[in-house]
Amino acid sequence: MSEVKFSKEHEWITLEGDVATIGITKHATEMLGDIVFAELPEKGSNVEKDGTAGVVESTKAASDVYTPVSGEVVDTNQSIVDDPSKINEDPEGGAWFFKLKIKDSSELDSLMNKEQYDKFAKETSS
Amino acid sequence: MEIKRTTLNKLHQSNKAKFVEFAGYEMPIQYSKGIIEEHKFTRTHSGIFDVSHMGQLFIFGDKSLTEELEKIFPLDLKNLKQNCSKYSFLMNEDAGIYDDLIITKIEEGYLIILNAACKDKDFEILSNLLGSKFKMSLDNNRSLIAIQGPKSVEILNSIINGVDRLNFMTGNWFDYDNQKLFVTRSGYTGEDGFEISISNDKAEKFVENLIEKGAQLIGLGARDTLRLEAGLCLYGHELDINKTPVEANLRWAISKSRLLNGGFIGSKKIMNQLQDGANQIRVGIKPEGRLIAREKTKIYNDTDKQIGEITSGTFGPSVNGPIAMGYVDREFSNVDTKILLEVRGKKYPANICALPFYKKNYVKGVN
Repeated sequence: MSEVKFSKEHEWITLEGDVATIGITKHATEMLGDIVFAELPEKGSNVEKDGTAGVVESTKAASDVYTPVSGEVVDTNQSIVDDPSKINEDPEGGAWFFKLKIKDSSELDSLMNKEQYDKFAKETSS
Repeated sequence: MEIKRTTLNKLHQSNKAKFVEFAGYEMPIQYSKGIIEEHKFTRTHSGIFDVSHMGQLFIFGDKSLTEELEKIFPLDLKNLKQNCSKYSFLMNEDAGIYDDLIITKIEEGYLIILNAACKDKDFEILSNLLGSKFKMSLDNNRSLIAIQGPKSVEILNSIINGVDRLNFMTGNWFDYDNQKLFVTRSGYTGEDGFEISISNDKAEKFVENLIEKGAQLIGLGARDTLRLEAGLCLYGHELDINKTPVEANLRWAISKSRLLNGGFIGSKKIMNQLQDGANQIRVGIKPEGRLIAREKTKIYNDTDKQIGEITSGTFGPSVNGPIAMGYVDREFSNVDTKILLEVRGKKYPANICALPFYKKNYVKGVN
């Protein structure tokens, strides 16, 4: 599996072959607070890099979830729809959002590595 | 304009509060545990709320003060006993609501608790209506602390002996650390609890005492989910200058005797609406499934006609599901009416339901 990459919209992505797994970062969940609703893209649909691919809602507000790369949705994580609190508990593990069959792996090149993202997250939240 | 801070701001900081601006004040939206845990702690134990941003208006005067206030508020103030409180509203001639408030008869006058965002304007309106005959002051030297939840009576009574003998919506002066506090048994969470008016220099120590006894600080986020579960209105959401108490389904807050003869500001409109019915009415709404419909969500009937709008919507932690309040055309206001909510361009089913979403635990008839 590839190195974890991060987007400026606070998504994480890993790549295994041509299938990417995408979720939201721990930092994102800390900013959102208690997550109480999640909506995922439909299996079989196509999503475009930087386009919306879902919604999360905390007790406070709704936020769009974006996809950092383009591709076809091949799997979604129903368990976070049934129990959205899992997103707060394990955002960068079991609470992944969706899997994409990606078109162009070079789309990952512009994303941040962990060190860059941590710095970015720290700068943008203060 | 510079942001204002309450006396307890440093205490919030040291308890890891996340702050938001609310009505010009820097207020804690939540602490480290988060809104859901804070909400549940209040329902099962005891939560402390800094509500010092709210206005504490003292008006002193003789018997004529009661007469003057009856021209303003739809209350039977002549028969209100000393230390008893009533929920009411300040209205314009069209019965539009300037603010909702709690008024308590105290020795030689009244204490009125006002919303933070409205208090300065309320003071101006009341000053104009009452003239210079009565001594009026919006007291900035006092903090206001609420303690809410089933363990609150035991905790507060261990610090201020005797508060357990207060009935719901009554108050009294008590001694604390050589100072007089005014304590009322009231609140805005749907739980038993108290609100304590205390001089600023004692406020921090007092809250630290409450924390030592097991109560915890709760932010505005949980205050909002708690009041919404309890079906209580929030000014600026359910209530504003374009809504009347009849539309807001708050007829219960208008004294019966005052409905017979009117004589208060807005009474004509209220009596007309009570006779003819209001066009729109505040209702409780439960979306089906887990969908959250926030403020300004449009409400439709099954033939695609817009019939109203949501005024508050969130996830109710104790209900364990989404809840909302809003206004709908009267013909759609009956419980169990099926409606549709438009969220992110799609329509989702929901039902009109009875309020509150969460049953209250108020204490009545202690003595």
